[in-house]
Parts: sequence; structure tokens; C-alpha cells
Amino acid sequence: MNFPILSSLILLPIVGALFLFFTKDKDGNNYTAKYVALFTTVVNFLISIYLWFSFDQSTSSFQFVEDRTWIEGFINYKVGVDGISILFIILTTFITPLCIISVNNSVKNRLRDFLIAILIMESFMIGVFCALDLVVFYLFFEAGLIPMFLIIGIWGGARRVYSAFKFFLYTLLGSVLMLVAIISIYWITGTTDVVQLYEIGIDVKYQNLLWLAFFSSFAVKTPMWPVHTWLPDAHVEAPTAGSVLLAAILLKMAGYGFIRFSLGLFPIASEVFTPLIYTLSVIAIIFTSLIALMQEDMKKLIAYSSVAHMGFVTLGIFTLQQQGIEGSIIQMISHGLVSAALFLTVGVVYDRMHSRLISTYGGLVSVIPKYSILFMLFALASLGLPGTSGFIGEFLILMGAFKDNFLVAVIASIGVILGAAYILWLYKRVVFGKLINEDLKKIVDLNRSEYFILSCLAAPILFFGFYPDPLIKTIEVSVTDLINMHNTNIASK
Amino acid sequence: MENLNLVLPEIFISLSIMFLLVLGVFKKDSSKITFNLSLFAILITAIITINETFSVSRETLFNESVVIDSLSSLMKIITLVGGFLVLVISSSYLKTFKIYNIEYPILILSSILGMIVMISSNDLIVFYMGLELQSLALYVLATYNRDQLKSSEAGLKYFVLSALSSGLLLYGCSLVYGFSGSTNFDIISNQLNSNEYVLTFGIVFILVGLAFKISAVPFHMWAPDVYEGSPTTVTLFFTMVPKIAALTVFIRFLYVPFLNLIDQWQMIIVFLSIASMIFGAVAAIGQTNIKRLIAYSSISHIGYTLAGLATASNEGIQSSIIYISIYVVMNLALFCCLLMLRRKDQYYEDISDLSGLSKNHPILSLCLLVILFSLAGIPPLAGFFAKFYVFIAVLEQSMYFLAIVGLLSTVVAAFYYLRIIKIIYFDKEKDKYDTDHSLWLKFSLTVSTILILLYFIFPSQLIEVVSRINII
Repeated sequence: MNFPILSSLILLPIVGALFLFFTKDKDGNNYTAKYVALFTTVVNFLISIYLWFSFDQSTSSFQFVEDRTWIEGFINYKVGVDGISILFIILTTFITPLCIISVNNSVKNRLRDFLIAILIMESFMIGVFCALDLVVFYLFFEAGLIPMFLIIGIWGGARRVYSAFKFFLYTLLGSVLMLVAIISIYWITGTTDVVQLYEIGIDVKYQNLLWLAFFSSFAVKTPMWPVHTWLPDAHVEAPTAGSVLLAAILLKMAGYGFIRFSLGLFPIASEVFTPLIYTLSVIAIIFTSLIALMQEDMKKLIAYSSVAHMGFVTLGIFTLQQQGIEGSIIQMISHGLVSAALFLTVGVVYDRMHSRLISTYGGLVSVIPKYSILFMLFALASLGLPGTSGFIGEFLILMGAFKDNFLVAVIASIGVILGAAYILWLYKRVVFGKLINEDLKKIVDLNRSEYFILSCLAAPILFFGFYPDPLIKTIEVSVTDLINMHNTNIASK
Repeated sequence: MENLNLVLPEIFISLSIMFLLVLGVFKKDSSKITFNLSLFAILITAIITINETFSVSRETLFNESVVIDSLSSLMKIITLVGGFLVLVISSSYLKTFKIYNIEYPILILSSILGMIVMISSNDLIVFYMGLELQSLALYVLATYNRDQLKSSEAGLKYFVLSALSSGLLLYGCSLVYGFSGSTNFDIISNQLNSNEYVLTFGIVFILVGLAFKISAVPFHMWAPDVYEGSPTTVTLFFTMVPKIAALTVFIRFLYVPFLNLIDQWQMIIVFLSIASMIFGAVAAIGQTNIKRLIAYSSISHIGYTLAGLATASNEGIQSSIIYISIYVVMNLALFCCLLMLRRKDQYYEDISDLSGLSKNHPILSLCLLVILFSLAGIPPLAGFFAKFYVFIAVLEQSMYFLAIVGLLSTVVAAFYYLRIIKIIYFDKEKDKYDTDHSLWLKFSLTVSTILILLYFIFPSQLIEVVSRINII
């Protein structure tokens, strides 16, 4: 009997949350709660690192699989990882402790409850990435709404209620159709086990409708144009740690879902709907980049940039090329790190000035140089400068796209330029220029914990920018097999 | 000689009612002892039911006019447990309003007697007798707080409309009798065929009458007013127990006498289901009174239960029963929270009274959070599984329209549940409520919340119990 390492990854944050539940809640700096939460998430991170080291990169079959009867003769609790999902799990366990360190300044009241919500959120997110049964996946996917709703609603900004409702209802509306599809798959094939479904395959005549039902859920979550409007609201109003979780991990659930379910289960439908995805992705890249250019709110700008970056991801996935899919996965990981870092950098100045407006700032470089340097690094990573992880992802996606469809690739490349434009312009307006606002002169540079968090994020961005080999090696075999499976399915049609 | 052991629960509960009545009349200040004895009586009845009938697969008595099968035993047990819990958490509420009298437990017992007669009826006359017995007790219960105008109004409304529906039901029964020549369900089932057009009227009348009893749209008008006006504990009783009995009769009617007429009634049930789901969800949005809101939410929940019945399959019936069982638990928990909103002998029932509850009462708010998300059907709480099973059964029959409408209306319904959560968690706090609640109230709330929260760990047990029910 192997040690149930994945279940322990899922359960550990909940155990931590239970501990927290029994500690005393007090306002202000609740160190006990914070250390308990931090300890739990760091242990979880170490476990996931161990998982990565003991992961066998030479096979695409699922590893660390646990398979337990859950509802007699119907659903099994089945979890496992392959090269695609393991990176997302590590991303989750890596980002969560950083979120917890960052709550120092941003969350003033009910810190304990906030940490409980974050921990529960972590466990659901890990669950999403290792679920190998459609129903289990759906459970984790939807359950994440509850803590996120509370995080935005209780600890958010001025328009938090509106944003929390919008976030919840949009996502729920998208997902209910997926539930219909999952139950239909059960009646069509007799199982909801993903591994078995890969082998059996789903009858061609059902694939298109089922694909659309899954798409409705993932498109909202990704978010793709035109159902992206919940994201800027949710991002802007959520507290910094909430925005980070949202941007870094929640959005990746959908990208992961596209690869695992849309491509894996409905290969023929994926081929059919590729033009749709291309169109929406290209619109997202160009259109939301232009919107981002016009934003006056820093968080909103980064939120729109997330939509544009996720446009690249969906584009890459549906190129159905080795480079495209690998690029998408790396882009998702990189975007997870970069957007988290950008939200945290915005959070740093927001905590000091309580303003997210770009016009409040200007000339920061002369007062807080350390901050400006790190911000520079993240801005460059966001636009995909070679040497940062953002470059690897975008480059591979565009390579895949050029192989598949020249026109789409050309338009997407324009998006890269726009991406550089809005992020550099943001950087210019915030950091350079004359120091006009008198209040800014009193602003202090990064404190120890902020410095630590941002350096933690900068290190992998640079490391994987220069040396993406560990990432590519981990995902390579799984992606190759996914594409092979896809091609055999297409050929056998 | 008939095996009277099978109807021992009915016999025992009738004897207890008579005994308690006599005791109450002749002994002074006997409210407390009547309460305790009736609790005891319900408990004993439940034990008898489990002992005598639970293992019986199918037996009939009294010229086949009473049927004891797994459906009736299970539903009787749920009814009795529901009645027990209502009675046990009622006392402090009744004491506050100075209506802690002997009539209350006796009326509850009589309506339970009516219901268990209804549940095991296999004959139109037995069924109608049980129905009237429970209804008459319920009319009185609705007006139980007779010094309050709203309560009397609720009772009167309920009486008039319910009597009308009983009339329709009876007319339907007479039509069915006219065409089949018998009042026995089994014989009717063999005699009826769908060629008789007038027979459709009979079925429609019966279904209308039953739809009224479970407050399915468009026969729901009475529910919000009655729920709002009745004393809260009686409302709790209304939302749980009579629905279980009426649902059982619904199942019995559809799948025994009218089994061959599926084409005639399936569309009606689908319509009732869709209308209830949508209307219940939409109409609840504007409510400000929690009890009215619960009325509308119970209407939409009945819609989901009917969706299971519309499938004409054993899985569908089982999923409906699972749904109603989980709904009963959620409802009980919700009402426990409602009964805890008390400040100096005054009970609060407006949604705005919940404002900022999480600041002063974190545990109560957490319970409400779990209950409301569960009612909204968000995984991994019990309410999600209830809906999940229903939709599995619905989709097995390829009724995609019903499933999609149902799931979309859960999104609408989620909105008003979220609104309450928003008020509890995001809004400014008000004064503290009293915290000296009775032990039973706290106990019921804790147990039901834990059941809702942790249902996902052991979902198989309930399915196992329910899967013994095979009507078709």
C-alpha cells in the first residue's frame, strides 16, 4: 500500500483550517493563526516538491493514483497526476504560502477567518488538478466558489458585493451545463473515470454538444472574450491575496480543463471548434490589450492583461501542436508567477497609499528603488522578454500557431507588441517621471516580508526563463502522448 | 385473520392520542407531561415501525386497502422523525407566546396519524380519510397562535383553499371510480386504459388536488401567506412533514393506479416541475420576510422533487425520495437558526434582522452559511447531491430540457441564497441576540449542519436504504 500522497496534499490544508478554527480570533496581528497557516502551506509545498522529485518523467500514465469506491457502483474517488497536472499542483502550493505571508498589511479584520478561507481554497484547487473522475473534478471545481465568494465579499474593496455576486453567478451559470454534460457522459459510456474514458472514447455524434457544455464552463473561468467581464471586477475588488489566488491559480483551472477534458475526451469536436477558439482568443488578445492600454486603475490593467495572456493560452492549446500545448502550459505557469507578482507589487503601493489609480503615482524610482527594480523585472516578464519565463511560453505558443495557421499567428504576434505597450506604459507612468504627489515622498521601500515574497517569485521567473528544461522535461511525454492519442482518434474517425 | 402487527404504528398512535386527550382534560397543568408523553409516543411508534414493517417487502391488509411496503415504511419513519424533531424544538417558542398547551402535541400527533394512514393507503377511501385527518389538524395548527391576526388569517386561508382542493380531489376520485368500478388502487390500475377521454379529467383533478397539498406551481398561492402567518414551529412542520406524506401519495397515485396512463400525466408533472422550479426561484428574490422566502424556496425544491417523479423510472422515484430527505434535514437546520433569532422574548423573521450576524454570532452564521450554500446546491454540501441524483435520473430518460431548465433555475435560486449570505457576512452588525437556547434546539442544529456538511463522505448509505424502493 502506497502512502496516499495526493489525498494528504488535499487534506492537509483542511486540517490546518480546522486547527485555526479552534484558535482564538482576535483583530490585528494574529500571529498564532498566521504561523499555523504558514506552517501548513509550507509543509504542503515541501510535500509537493517531494512529489515532483519522485515523479517519473518517462511515462505519460497517471502516477500516485488512488482509487476508492465512493458511491457504490457509480463514482470512484480517483486522483492521480501526470506531467501536465503536477506543475499546477506545485504552482498552487508555491503561491499559497506567499499569499499568507502577504496578508500582513492588506487584511485588517478577521484575519483568522481569512486564513481559513485561503487554506480551504488551496485544498480545493489541488483537488481540481489531481481529480481523475469527472464528478470529483466538478465537485472541487465548484466548491472553490464558496471560499472565493467570501474572500471577495468580506475582505474586498468598495464594490465588493457586486463583484462577489458577479463572480459567483457567472461561474455557476457556466458550470451547470458542464454538470449536464458530465451526467450525460455517464449515461453514454457508463463511467466518469477519465482514464477509462480516454480508452473508450466518446461517440462522435455526442461530442460537439458535450464539448460546448464543457466549453461554457471553461470559457467563463478562463476567462475568454466575451464572458471575461467578471474578471476585472473580481480582481479589482478582491484583497491582494485573493487577486493573487484568482489570477495565479483559479484561471489556470480552465486552461487545465481544456487540455485534460476538452482535448482528451472530445478530440473530434476540438478539431471542429478550433476556429471558434482561434477567433475568440485572437479577439481576446487584441481587444483586451487595447482595453488594458486605456485603464487608469492598476489592478484593472493587470486584470485585462490576464485576459489577454489567457487568450494566448487557449490559442496555444488548440493549435494541437506539441509546441503549442507545451507553450500553453509553460505560459500558464509563468503567468501564474508573473501575475501573482504584479498583483503583489500593486498591493505593496496600495497598502501605503490606498490608491490604485495610476495618476496617484509617478517618479517612484527616486524614493523606492528596490521596489522599482523588482517591478521592472515583473513587467518585462509579463511582456515576454527573452530570459524570463514569459518568453518561453509565448514563443512556443506562437511557434505552434505558425505551424497551424499563419494568419492567426501574425495577429497574435501583434498582441505581443500591444502587451509590451501597456505594461511598459504602466511602468513608465508609475515609476518614472517627476515626483509630483507630495505624499509619495514619505513612502517607504519594501519591508522584509515583501522583499522576501517578491524575490521568491522573481527567482523562478528568471530561472525558468534561462533554463526551462525541468518544466519541459516534466510535461513533454504527457503532451506527446496526448497529441498521439488525439491523432489516432482523428485518424480512426 | 389479518396480521395486525403491520398496522401497529397506526393503532399505537391512535391509542396514545386518545389517552393524552383524556389525560390533558382531567389533569391540571398537564402541558409538560403531554408534551413529553407525545414525544415518547412518536419515538415508540417509530421503533415499532422499524421493527414490524421495515423488513416487509410488500403486504396488504383489509381487503388490500392498506399496503405495507418499503416505500411506506421508509416514509413513515421520515414523517415520524420529522414530527419528533418539530415537537422537540417547539416548546420554548410556544412558551414565549404563552400557547404551550396540551392541544399542540395532540394536534401534531393526529396530523401524523393522518399522514401515516395516507402513506400506506392503497384505496381511494382510506387515502381520503387520512388526508382529511391530517388537513383538519393542520388547519387548527395554522391558527394556533389565535391572538395574532396573521395566524388566524393564515388558518382561514389555508382552510378555504385546502377544502377547495380536497373537493377537486374527491371529484377526481369519483370520476376514477366511475370508470374503473373500484376504489382499490391495484384494481384501478388493471381497469384503466387511456382511451377514455373523460378519465383524463379525473386524473387532472386528482393531480391538481395533490399539487395543491405539496404547493407546486400554479397551486402554490396559499403557501407564502400561510407560512408567514403560522407560528414558526408550525411553519417548520408545514414545510417538512405534510410534504413527505403528500409526496408519497403522489408517487403511489402515479405509479400504481395511473401507471398505464403515463402519456397522460407525464407532461403535467414536467410542467408542474418546471413551473415550480422557475417560479420558486424568481419569486423568492424580492422577499423580505424569511418565512415567505422559505415558502418560495420550498416551492422550488418541490419542483426538483417532481422532476424525479416525472421520469417514470425507479431511479427517478428513489432520487425524489433522497431529495426530500435531504431537504427535510436542510429545512430543519434553517428553522433552528430562525428560532435562534430571539431577543427578549421577541422573535425576528425579517431578512434584514440577519444583518451582520457573523460578527456577534460566528458559529450560528457559519451554520447558516453551510445551510444556505447547501440549499443553493453548491458542492460538496448535501444539497448538491440531492440535485445531482435527481438530474442523473432525469438525464437517464434523456429529458434534457427538464435538466437544463432545472439547473439554470438553480443559478437564479443561488442569487437569493447568496443575498442572505451577503447580509449575514458583508453587512453592518446589529444588536446581539439571546444565546440561552434550549439544548434540543442547539443539538438539532449541530447535528443537521454536520450531516449537511459531511454528507459527501458517506453518500452511499442513504442510497442503499432508498434503493430498496421499487414501485414499478
